Amino acid sequence: MAHEVVLLDFWPSMFGMRVRVALAEKGIKYEYKEEDLRNKSPLLLKMNPIHKKIPVLIHNGKPVCESLVIVQYIDEVWKDKNPFLPSDPYHKAHSRFWADFIEQKVYDTARKIWATKGEEQEVAKKEFIETFKILEGELGEKPFFGGETFGFVDIALITFYSWFYTYETFGNFSIEAECPKIIAWAKRCMQKESVANSLPDQKKIYEFTVWMKKYFGMD
Amino acid sequence: MAEEVLVFGTWSSPYGRRVEMALKLKGIEYKYIEEDLTNKSPSLLKYNPVHKKIPVLVHNGKPVAESLVILEYIDETWKNHPIFPKDPYERANARFWAKFIDEKCLPAIRKACWGEDQKEREKAAEELSKLLQFLENELEGKRYFGGGTIGLLDIAANMIGYWLGVFEEASGASELLTREKFPKLFNWANEFVSVSAIKESLPPRDKHVAFMRKRFGMVNTSK
Repeated sequence: MAHEVVLLDFWPSMFGMRVRVALAEKGIKYEYKEEDLRNKSPLLLKMNPIHKKIPVLIHNGKPVCESLVIVQYIDEVWKDKNPFLPSDPYHKAHSRFWADFIEQKVYDTARKIWATKGEEQEVAKKEFIETFKILEGELGEKPFFGGETFGFVDIALITFYSWFYTYETFGNFSIEAECPKIIAWAKRCMQKESVANSLPDQKKIYEFTVWMKKYFGMD
Repeated sequence: MAEEVLVFGTWSSPYGRRVEMALKLKGIEYKYIEEDLTNKSPSLLKYNPVHKKIPVLVHNGKPVAESLVILEYIDETWKNHPIFPKDPYERANARFWAKFIDEKCLPAIRKACWGEDQKEREKAAEELSKLLQFLENELEGKRYFGGGTIGLLDIAANMIGYWLGVFEEASGASELLTREKFPKLFNWANEFVSVSAIKESLPPRDKHVAFMRKRFGMVNTSK
């Protein structure tokens, strides 16, 4: 069956990156469309009228929204190559639980590290480290969260790695000093082409954030 | 092999009841454990050390937490009376709307009923109206969100199907889900609570209203 795949995305978005990684893992050819979030395209507004957000995957004209929903969709449609989830229900549930944990705990806290100052920033840093220490515990001695192979939870988390330099610079702390296993895991993931080709350079993300703070008067 | 299924929940929580609804729909026997969240049991802390929350399903000693994760686990483990579609696009659709309900609708419902002041409540009610309209549209041509039979998304929408009515009554909020504004959703809610597996899983209404009123107060003065 012919597949027409389009991805509406925004290059610094760690949510969009998850979809890029998933598509690359499965070797899927697609058209990448960069959105200007200050001037959203009619296509984006038509394909995601509810949230008006990226990423949106458009598969043979039909939209799928919300990054982890998209990643699971990709895994279920292109199921014969590089499965992201284990096959037995218990281990699948375990992976979904940890992906949900990442959804609940990482983004808002991480954002506060670069977007706020003073006490609020300090609290955010502390929560960030606590969250990643819990994730380190879950990783244990495994090479990936998925076990021997890169999987759903790895995809959910690795894209935040492109923002680590930004968090560390604004927050004035070292993630490696606090969570060395996470950094070792991230570097292992970055050895995969699907990941390395999907994540922007950390310094570019930092420059973007500096620009964004100025533009929105957040300094 | 004898199967042991435990459900840790609280009697008034929609999240815990979601798990019970799914198990009852599939005719799975389980043991229910009522948790006192002000004094969490060692078992709960052992089975959900990360969040320390209910619901938790424990199947033959192995715990699964987070209600939507549990629902998918239940459907994949007990294959009779499927509640989740097979088609990947329909599955993605159900997951999208379940997330929408949890992340957008539930906070709006709470604020519309028990927001700090009338302005906040009115603003939340307006927001909730917009959100409910999306769900109203989603029901087009369908008896249930799952189609002809109750599915995962219907169960995930239990807060709208039943709890919203209880919250309105308890808080005195003006009717947020009316037949006039949302005929399909209103109809759906009535059909939903009539399904026996669902009806059996609902908290006793009078006790529930009284409990919510006591806990949060009747903040909305009569119109």
